[in-house]
Amino acid sequence: MALKAYLRERFFPHLWCPGCGHGMVLNGLLRAIEKMGFSRNEIVMVSGIGCSSRITGYVDFHTLHTIHGRALAFATGVKMARPELNLIVPMGDGDALAIGGNHFIHAARRNIDITAIVMNNRIYGMTGGQFSPLSGENVRATTAPYLTIDPGFDVVELSKAAGATFVARTTTYHIKQMTDIIQQAILHEGFSVVEIFSQCPTYFGRKNKVGDAVDMIAYYKQNTTPIGSKAKKENPNLIERGIFVQQDKPEYCNQYEQLVQKAMEGR
Amino acid sequence: MSENIKFVQGNEACAEAAVYAGLSFYAGYPITPSSEITEYLASRLPQIGAKFMQMEDEISSLCAIIGASLTGCKVMTATSGPGFSLMQEALGYAIMAEIPCVIVNVQRGGPSTGLPTHGSQGDVNQARWGTHGDHAIIALTASNHQDIFALTVEAFNLAEIYRTPVILLLDEVVAHMRERLVIPQPGEVPLVERLKTSVKEGVDYHPYLPREDGRLPMSDFGGVHRFNVTGLFHDMWGFPSSEPRAVHGLLRHLVDKIDNRVNQLARYKEYYIEDAKHLLVSYGSSARSARHIVEKRRSRGERLGLLELQTLWPFPHEIVREKCAAAQSVIVVEQNMGQVLQSVKLAVDEPDKVFLANRIDGVFIMPSDILNILRLIQGKGV
Repeated sequence: MALKAYLRERFFPHLWCPGCGHGMVLNGLLRAIEKMGFSRNEIVMVSGIGCSSRITGYVDFHTLHTIHGRALAFATGVKMARPELNLIVPMGDGDALAIGGNHFIHAARRNIDITAIVMNNRIYGMTGGQFSPLSGENVRATTAPYLTIDPGFDVVELSKAAGATFVARTTTYHIKQMTDIIQQAILHEGFSVVEIFSQCPTYFGRKNKVGDAVDMIAYYKQNTTPIGSKAKKENPNLIERGIFVQQDKPEYCNQYEQLVQKAMEGR
Repeated sequence: MSENIKFVQGNEACAEAAVYAGLSFYAGYPITPSSEITEYLASRLPQIGAKFMQMEDEISSLCAIIGASLTGCKVMTATSGPGFSLMQEALGYAIMAEIPCVIVNVQRGGPSTGLPTHGSQGDVNQARWGTHGDHAIIALTASNHQDIFALTVEAFNLAEIYRTPVILLLDEVVAHMRERLVIPQPGEVPLVERLKTSVKEGVDYHPYLPREDGRLPMSDFGGVHRFNVTGLFHDMWGFPSSEPRAVHGLLRHLVDKIDNRVNQLARYKEYYIEDAKHLLVSYGSSARSARHIVEKRRSRGERLGLLELQTLWPFPHEIVREKCAAAQSVIVVEQNMGQVLQSVKLAVDEPDKVFLANRIDGVFIMPSDILNILRLIQGKGV
């Protein structure tokens, strides 16, 4: 299917700011879906609230735009009710890991077959530039005029600890890797987490004087490195990207099917 | 056919009724005094191939059933006050996105953690106005197990007809009490199934365009029609819109589809109302004590009557006004500080003749409590 067929073109131009990374994530995501040749009726995309969450409006799938932080809980209901559907849940960093942190760790713990995409721009964009639990320390935000003192979460470590069976990280600079990783995440049977660094030049960029969108994307290029690379050994400050976890473990909906068999047989 | 008679808790009656109504997806979180509903369904639903989930909290419980409802399932969750408080945002979402679901609130004493194992009817107004913004809601209640069964099935039916969440307000007393329940034969009680769209694949489907009768045929997620569901104000395709006409039209639709059908939605029972000098108005477990006192006094020739409300929202004001018209005094019997009392006072022509007989100390309201108020009204002293 042509890439454009997955888009609801009548809603373009999109609402994201010039230079925002979220459109690049949309691009990578749709290319991954196109490669796998999914029909539009097989995909349910569920989102919460925030800049990232408006992605559901632009794609011609079954789309569920929900409430702040709860997208994974809604998606869990859809997936359990119709396990044959493919659930993709794009979330912002605040949506996924501040207000939605509890649902995030529990979806990972269950290992339910949902693909969670964390579009991490380290800021609340929709509400005008407040810091998030992924901002990390020494970041300037409208709610951190004296710089943040809050340590940030490491999405990869958090997801691993919570039980996600597919965990990966990439950036908007590495668009081919992004497409490849999303494809593998969707194909993975179990809870998949893909963290994507996505620049917010409007709020994070301006507030922290890190330049424009191009500078921010170049930063991703210069400050990340493939997992276990030689560069990482030489410079431990580099952030690793790639697939950190990819393992087979019992998936929740399959487990439930077995439970039903047990209950029906009166065991 | 032999009757299927059980001796069960009210919570079990509710759970059994949900299964009868076609419940195929339940998600819940443990909380007293509603946990037996969740426990019962954890055992029962897998046996019939239906889905059961214990979620991480009450918020996700309601969110999960909303998601499942969109795939065509009949869905329910059950909770109590603190959990019901947590559900308010998702409740508003279900109202806005017009998603059929049933939410059981087995009321306990509040506010906050309150009295977990004691009865109360303190959530009547929360059921009406707990979620933010203008909206309408359907809330039902029942005083005995047979009625819990009937009203639970009714809750599922109304959720489907009006594409809306329906709240079932039980209370700790009826929920934990055990009594006889006759389970109707399959087919004996009419069930309303999901109204599916007849629009064919490839033809423009409008998930939010009501038919002439006000109903909105649905298309399941995973089916041939792809559409958007959002908590934002939206157009007839479900896409966000802040166009004033669309906003006004949608809000009016959400409110009118329920509030314009107050009389159709009114469920109530009446006992000796016709010549009642003193009319008791009650609901839920309180109505049991109210009925007791009415029957007892009637046997002595005293003209007492009872109007037992089963639909609390939309409040059946016309019916209450009419039933209370001839009575010399009206006594609202409830276990809160007068939540239904306020609605009754607004409904009747002479608000001054409406009195409250209540208890708010966690102790079940007894016939003697009502009698004391009655004696005061009659000028007999306590």
